[in-house]
Amino acid sequence: MSTSRPTPATVLPAAASRGPLVLEAHALAKDYRLSRGPRGTVLSAAREVSFGLYRSAVVALVGESGSGKSTVAKMLAGQERPTSGEILLDGNAVQPWKRNAFRAYKGEVQMVFQDPFASLNSVHTVRYALTRPVRLHQHTRNKAATEAEVARLLERVRMTPAERFVGRYPHELSGGQRQRVAIARALAARPRVLLADEPVSMLDVSIRLEVLDLLDELRSQFELAVLYVTHDIASARYFADDTIVMYAGEIVERGPSEDLTQLPAHPYTQLLLASAPDPEKLGEALEPARSGAPRRAGSALSSTVGCRFAPRCPFAVDHCRAESPPLLQINSQRAAACWRLDVAAPDLLNGEYEEREEAIKT
Amino acid sequence: MNGTTALNGNMTSVAGDAPLLEVRDLSIVYDDDVKAVDHVDLTLGRGETVGLAGESGCGKSTLALGLCRLLRPPAVIKSGSVVYRGSRLPAGGVDLMEQSSRELRKLRWREISVVFQSAMNALNPVLRVRDQLGDALDAHLKLGRQEKQARLDELLDLVGIPRERLRSYPHELSGGMRQRVVIAMALAAEPEVVIMDEPTTALDVVVQKEILAQVVALQEQLGFAVLFITHDLSLLLEIADRIAVMYAGKIVEIGSAEQIHNEPSHPYTRGLLGSFPSVHGPRKKLAGIPGSPPDLRALPPGCPFVPRCTFATDRCREIDMSLAPVGGEHTSHLTACPFVGPEEVSAPDPGAETSSGARRSR
Repeated sequence: MSTSRPTPATVLPAAASRGPLVLEAHALAKDYRLSRGPRGTVLSAAREVSFGLYRSAVVALVGESGSGKSTVAKMLAGQERPTSGEILLDGNAVQPWKRNAFRAYKGEVQMVFQDPFASLNSVHTVRYALTRPVRLHQHTRNKAATEAEVARLLERVRMTPAERFVGRYPHELSGGQRQRVAIARALAARPRVLLADEPVSMLDVSIRLEVLDLLDELRSQFELAVLYVTHDIASARYFADDTIVMYAGEIVERGPSEDLTQLPAHPYTQLLLASAPDPEKLGEALEPARSGAPRRAGSALSSTVGCRFAPRCPFAVDHCRAESPPLLQINSQRAAACWRLDVAAPDLLNGEYEEREEAIKT
Repeated sequence: MNGTTALNGNMTSVAGDAPLLEVRDLSIVYDDDVKAVDHVDLTLGRGETVGLAGESGCGKSTLALGLCRLLRPPAVIKSGSVVYRGSRLPAGGVDLMEQSSRELRKLRWREISVVFQSAMNALNPVLRVRDQLGDALDAHLKLGRQEKQARLDELLDLVGIPRERLRSYPHELSGGMRQRVVIAMALAAEPEVVIMDEPTTALDVVVQKEILAQVVALQEQLGFAVLFITHDLSLLLEIADRIAVMYAGKIVEIGSAEQIHNEPSHPYTRGLLGSFPSVHGPRKKLAGIPGSPPDLRALPPGCPFVPRCTFATDRCREIDMSLAPVGGEHTSHLTACPFVGPEEVSAPDPGAETSSGARRSR
């Protein structure tokens, strides 16, 4: 690591008010050695990523392609082995990437993937996709019990009547229905944690909302701790208690979703929000929400010195390019990794934040 | 169609009398019984941006491909005309439906070009950017070696890609850059109409915004007209002059972006507007659109939106879905729903009410 990063700010997530801590990422890091470039070039896809998932609460992980958000989800799912850091389930360190631990872990932590066209086997029916996890995780003894559970799962994801869908193949289902089957499959293990990696980004706008609402319903019904990985910060605002913004492998800002989207602290969060479509700007000239130089491959290289966002940041000064900013606490619930918060988000630091916070609460 | 006259009087933003592209009564079927595009009228003025919004399977892409005759069997164009009146063509224009395939080849790229959704699939992976762009130029313009090089440089400058990228292969470019290359190809022969089919759907919000801004800037500079197809109505509100909303093969509402935003009339349009979470304005519970898009093989009589419509009554099964001016006035704002007007609709639809109310008050 090029610079020492002090221990992360001790913020109390809004999600913690919903329920106890279930799954925790502690200083997770993932390095990939690149075949391109000088020997030993290392891409740190994630570094020093720490956050918790709480029972009955949704935490959103937001960032663009290559920000490391999916890498973090994959590590939590046991699909990638972290280079360093720990995963804690109920406070106990677990190593889900190890073979003997994997299945037990999968009984607790399940994942829903982005592409329901790819995540369901196209030569098998819905029944097949659900039967196996039901047998594996619920140890149903006979065919009738398995079948009944499969039907119950389909009803849970509002695919009713279930008998109409069990015999269908993925290509006979719409995108939204396919994603529901994927969600039902995840629920088959009766998990406590659901990792949803861009679960709606392949779906139509009109269908997205339904799937998100379904996830929210399941969250409260089964008291699921949900990680919602997305590039769409507007949906994070809609769906998640807390939002964590990642850039080039690092957490750059975190806080309660509503506060963070309404009064963003980090310049990158500001850029993300400014890029979201805004119907209010109807008829105005479309300005690119651009800051600084265009895209910059390799900003996640481990050799990068200073703030990784500095090349695009309108507020960057020499200090930013020399030293990587730690996550600095803004208040009890929020933190941002930026040296220039006084310039980037003066409102937040000047106490107007508290007023705003009051206004949001009332 | 009683909407035809109003459509004709609709070209206020256009210099000259007749629209640049005029689609009349276009019907396209698959396998003889799937009406993917059903008696559609649409016009595109010079330099105008018309948005076409709708869910997957509503026929919007079929319409786009159909009007430049890019469809293959089992899609068959049943009826209709598409008159193109390019300034380089003889007065009166040509009906694209009556051209031979040889004549069509001359018109494509040169007069009408298409930008497809996935830049990854649109580019040939084993050809350098220079060769792909060069092919497009060679096919339609007779340029000398130096002229060609100058044009290649110019094209890359236009879309904001460094010139040295001409030597790159597609996989060496980011998704945003690839999409810019595809846009450069579409503009290579200076067409007057560019059809964009979900050009930014696969991209991150920040890149999406950059590319949209670029398209708008290029349009101002070069003066081409854009038919922009997407399922994301929030995008269209920002960039389109006029918006057509399509459902089950039919245009159900058409109007200026302001009219669609401020006075959405058709219940489906209202549903679409209530489907996307926004980062701006008050956080609200969103309604979405219940149910899924209809099966085009088995459409109900009358309005196809009936099963999902909160206002539906028995009368809805008897209407012919022709477009009529909203509020019965002389307006270019047309809707296919004769029962629900913009005012009376607000009350029973809480989602739409809060959103439009909040917007107006801001």
